[in-house]
Amino acid sequence: MNNPLDSLWGTIIAGLILTLILHLAVKAALGA
Amino acid sequence: MDWVPAISRWIHFLAGVMWIGLLYYFNFVNAQAAKAAAADGTGAGIAKHVMPRALLFFRWAAVVTWLAGAALLGSHFGAAFLLQKSHIAIGVGAWLGTIMLFNVWVLIWPNQKKLLGIVQASDEEKNKARRVAFLASRTNTMLSIPMLYFMAAGGHAQLFFAS
Repeated sequence: MNNPLDSLWGTIIAGLILTLILHLAVKAALGA
Repeated sequence: MDWVPAISRWIHFLAGVMWIGLLYYFNFVNAQAAKAAAADGTGAGIAKHVMPRALLFFRWAAVVTWLAGAALLGSHFGAAFLLQKSHIAIGVGAWLGTIMLFNVWVLIWPNQKKLLGIVQASDEEKNKARRVAFLASRTNTMLSIPMLYFMAAGGHAQLFFAS
């Protein structure tokens, strides 16, 4: 499997996925 | 007007724009440009005249951004880094920024010094340094996306996290 960080789009998509995961984690922590 | 948080916030923005702006320059512009320049034999100028200056502002802007951010957090520094509910959004942003600062000074800059000839290195060491610096820089580009999201969300929990 290729490293997604080798491409710019892979880097951006990985960043967006990480943002979504952290968003949901913070939302859950806040009980919102 | 409370001068310390106001000036800290301003400096945090100024230095942050320089840091992340140069990070995006490296990743969105320079990586491809350097590859093309190497292919047609015009890459020496970038390595000699552009990269040392860009990296100088890049690594010190990272330090100033972090310090101004810490000053801005002030007495909330512990609550943010301990991810207490009251400061969890800015805390996540602060942790991401801190990991990025670590990457700049521990992974990117020491390896770039080998690539720029500031530190002696064999060809094999340079190849390894190139890969580590590249992946650390790409990691920071990836982390900048959630980092900026949580910086924007800090103090705006209702806007970002309400159901």
